[in-house]
Amino acid sequence: MLCCLIFVLNFKYISMHWLPILLDAKSSTAANYFPIGLQLLFAAGFVAFMIGFSAWVGPKRKTKDKLASFTSGIDTHGDARHPMAIKYFLVAILFVLFDVEVIFFYPYAVNFKSLGWEGFYAVLMFVAFFLVGFVYIIKKGALTWED
Amino acid sequence: MRPVRFNIHPKEATTATAVSMVEAPEGYGGEGFFTAKLSDVVGLARKNSIWPLPFATSCCGIEFMATAAAHYDLARFGAERMAFTPRQCDLLMVMGTIAKKMGPVVKQVYLQMAEPRWVIAVGACASSGGIFDTYSVLQGIDQIVPVDVYVPGCPPRPEAILDGFMKVQELVGLESIRRRNSQQYKALMESYGIE
Repeated sequence: MLCCLIFVLNFKYISMHWLPILLDAKSSTAANYFPIGLQLLFAAGFVAFMIGFSAWVGPKRKTKDKLASFTSGIDTHGDARHPMAIKYFLVAILFVLFDVEVIFFYPYAVNFKSLGWEGFYAVLMFVAFFLVGFVYIIKKGALTWED
Repeated sequence: MRPVRFNIHPKEATTATAVSMVEAPEGYGGEGFFTAKLSDVVGLARKNSIWPLPFATSCCGIEFMATAAAHYDLARFGAERMAFTPRQCDLLMVMGTIAKKMGPVVKQVYLQMAEPRWVIAVGACASSGGIFDTYSVLQGIDQIVPVDVYVPGCPPRPEAILDGFMKVQELVGLESIRRRNSQQYKALMESYGIE
């Protein structure tokens, strides 16, 4: 209610004093943007004030029970930020890598005849690169699940 | 219930008469101003924007689903914003049988709700244990959390739930803003072992 009143008054004030200046096209100086700046300031200030004011006067009861983290009524246990084995991530990302390789075979299979021997050698080279990578990860032991 | 195509009531041409507004609290007004008791204004705002937390465990929960759906339309009371985190809610609606093992969960949900908070026990089980007079079922949630309104029924019809909700609204609207700081309220909280 009060805020509306202020808003209306504010608008009235602007229209009374600034509207003739705003309508005058010749005098387009930085000062003409003052009402707009005022409006923006008021809008931001009003939001900040209402949030701050309601947080200040609103009823609160900051007990230990209330501030405990909520996990649907079950007691919390452990820490959400504990180290995890990297093996799962490694296997997953390598799967994605070789999965993408297989995806490239689909267009090749469709155009198998038209690409001829040249296409065959290109794909052979492509697979050879991946084979080198595959040998590398096997030698590194990235796929050995058990230590 | 008749399907909509057999609806005998004509559609209203204007919605203006169909929309109900809350009445302004008692106060002194004039040209462009209005004064009222802060308690009344706060009560008015609170009672028409209750955010319920449905704690539905049994068939009363099904009735509540009907209550919240289009036909009975809990949203009419400003309570369409249901949440399943206690942090944002101020009305705990316990609907259904609460087993003794579930008791601490209900209590924690109540403890972590926003202030001020109200509780409504919907149905016989939440109010008194109902037909489950056994070793495993809590004989009414008022053994662990203070309850404001009890809705009888097994399960209660949506109308009964709405009636209970309106009773809560009445309580919320009439509550003094100083009530939660009173000695009686503190004693009540202490009797439940709540800080």
